[in-house]
Amino acid sequence: MTAVRPSSPVLLGMPALPTSPRGTGHLRGDESFPDAARRSLTDTQLRRNLGKATRTIRGKRAAVVAELPDWEALREAGRQLKVHTMAHLPDYLVQLEEAVTARGGVVHWARDAEEANRIVVDLVRAAGADEVVKVKSMATQEIALNEALEAAGIAAFETDLAELIVQLGHDKPSHILVPAIHRNRAEIREIFLREMADVDPELSDEPAALAAAARRHLRRKFLSAKVAVSGANFAVAETGTLAVVESEGNGRMCLTLPETLITVMGIEKLVPRAQDLEVFLQLLPRSSTGERMNPYTSMWTGVTPGDGPQAFHLVLLDNGRTAVLSDAQGRDALNCIRCSACLNVCPVYERAGGHAYGSVYPGPIGAILSPQLTGIEDNASLPYASSLCGACYDVCPVKIDIPSILVHLRAEHTETYAAEHRVPSAEATAMAAAAWVMRNPTRWTLALRSGRLGRVLGRRRGVIGEVPLPVASQWTATRDLSRPPQQTFRDWWAAEHASAAPEPDGPGADGPGADGSEGAP
Amino acid sequence: MRIALFITCLADALFPDVGRATVTVLERLGHTVEFPRDQTCCGQMHVNTGYQEQALPLVQRFADTFAPYDAVVAPSGSCVGSVRHQHAVVAERFGSPLLQQQVASVAARTHELSELLVDVLGVTDVGAYFPHRVTYHPTCHSLRMLRVGDKPLRLLQAVQAIDLVELPGAEECCGFGGTFALKNVDTSSAMLADKMRHVSSTGAEICTAGDSSCLMHIGGGLSRLRAGAKTVHLAQILAATRERPMVLAPGGQEADVHAGPTAVA
Ligand code: SF4
Repeated sequence: MTAVRPSSPVLLGMPALPTSPRGTGHLRGDESFPDAARRSLTDTQLRRNLGKATRTIRGKRAAVVAELPDWEALREAGRQLKVHTMAHLPDYLVQLEEAVTARGGVVHWARDAEEANRIVVDLVRAAGADEVVKVKSMATQEIALNEALEAAGIAAFETDLAELIVQLGHDKPSHILVPAIHRNRAEIREIFLREMADVDPELSDEPAALAAAARRHLRRKFLSAKVAVSGANFAVAETGTLAVVESEGNGRMCLTLPETLITVMGIEKLVPRAQDLEVFLQLLPRSSTGERMNPYTSMWTGVTPGDGPQAFHLVLLDNGRTAVLSDAQGRDALNCIRCSACLNVCPVYERAGGHAYGSVYPGPIGAILSPQLTGIEDNASLPYASSLCGACYDVCPVKIDIPSILVHLRAEHTETYAAEHRVPSAEATAMAAAAWVMRNPTRWTLALRSGRLGRVLGRRRGVIGEVPLPVASQWTATRDLSRPPQQTFRDWWAAEHASAAPEPDGPGADGPGADGSEGAP
Repeated sequence: MRIALFITCLADALFPDVGRATVTVLERLGHTVEFPRDQTCCGQMHVNTGYQEQALPLVQRFADTFAPYDAVVAPSGSCVGSVRHQHAVVAERFGSPLLQQQVASVAARTHELSELLVDVLGVTDVGAYFPHRVTYHPTCHSLRMLRVGDKPLRLLQAVQAIDLVELPGAEECCGFGGTFALKNVDTSSAMLADKMRHVSSTGAEICTAGDSSCLMHIGGGLSRLRAGAKTVHLAQILAATRERPMVLAPGGQEADVHAGPTAVA
């Protein structure tokens, strides 16, 4: 199932690296992006919630970024640190393992979602617990850990407010940072009234009241849970230190109160040295919440006798990441620090919403990361879910060139398809035909002239309205098409310069076109 | 300086007036423009849709055709963006080392119209006259791939009698994106709807830009809605003068330029 990666020298002659297994986790949608988007586009409430939230956060980010005169230098530092780390990932991972072990932690290596879930379930059982509290974590969403725990009879309680809203709403997250961005206050109040046994029936939809209700609801869990599960924003290879960055302080409760702490972390979250955090702790909050600094930054290293959790386990998750790393053109997707800035500026995300991407990683980063983690054929529509406007690249704090990776993955998709199917797709046939015409100026000139046949359409208004033909109908569903002009540019030029140059229809052979002087007056 | 016009396949077939206007402006400034007839297409559509190998002969043709010129100008930010950023990718994957060299050399001499005028030729006032209310949409590839900045706006500000009004949400994508407009027609149309709302809110008669493709999309939407405003390429506004004004044709989404280039003697 692993994609052929013709542009990646790493894989030549080597066994294909495993991608995330089918059937486990949340990296694949049930339908293609255009189909899913079509549905969410009709949801007026969703459109309003999203438009408002992304516009607000976009403005905040722009303002705090503008405050830093060295922002571009910081971005470049972040990019270089990430590129360097990825180039030496195996070494740094071993260093991390040694450092964590030396400080009394236990490191587990999980090849994929199934292995990671099994490791966590076994650890929770070994701790004698049947419930866990959780810090918001993309990695555990990715592997569907909550579902795996539930299947094993273990209850998982999300403690991040937005994550709690998603969990209580039996919903899926739709944003990296604000998983419940698609919900407004009134909807959240409804969910709380319905799902929280201990909630005040007079609950208002003021944000402070909602947060207080959630806090009361969670307090009991914090005090009783013996095991916590977290993700990690960063891991420092040199010291074995893990870091979680958050706004509410609920994460810190999870990280300090329980007896056992289990951290599930993608293998790409490494930084080499503690000092490197100075770069990322500036880049991340400004890019994500539009704040100068996030309210809570928690760091822990192994275990400290008599203080905090007395057992610490670190699960290092691959789940397709090594496959991403093997692709020289696509691997920068692993540099992502999950700030969500690219989602908040993306015009496609803003309209279609996060669920349309079918993966826990929505928006521009999801469009390049998900297909790489799963293999391109399982998420083939995602690289096309972009107009390539480039806004994501401009805001990315680690300068991931998302548009170029999208284009690269599109090529991987068509080339994988061609390698695996004897009959080319209709699109491939059309593209080949177009290229055949366009590689030769004579054929091109003739094709342009025949295009003027389109003038029989649109005689009344001067434009072409709805045309019930494939492709044309997609264009003309919402847009008129210009009526082709009487004369193409090249024919006009030839007529205008008739005395100085020969008629354009020379011999029609392929081949490098000539001396370039043709057509000069 | 030998300036070659790269018309782009779309303008050649559907918007020849844009090419004529480009020639008009440059000739009015005293330059001779050549049109190498061996040109066809930059291959952007192929690369952006995932058919990089199909683009190779087009990349080769572009490099061969335009090699002899000091400067290449195209009235399209996205096609120039393709030449500057994508040709190297295609050449590196499928082409010879020689082609890679040719591509780099030609790309460095290929300019979008506002870049050529402002950066290379050093003019912002091209002597144009355009007594209409106009709003400018900076297309994504001009803005973020080429970084043309405010060059098109400076050119427009120098146009006599123009009533230039700011477009709200100007830097947001109009939703064209090549085959995106076909593959994700619903999302594309939703983006277009917001762009049209913003254009209409300015009360402008004309929405202009440096790319025929985005204008085809925006203009097609405005026309379908009978929104009143039309789209006109930046080159056409710059080509219009008091003596040869542009006549805004009824009906069609792009107005016709009746200010053709002065006949070459
Ligand atoms: S790709 Fe860049 S902008 Fe998007 S979430 Fe990751 S770090 Fe942030």
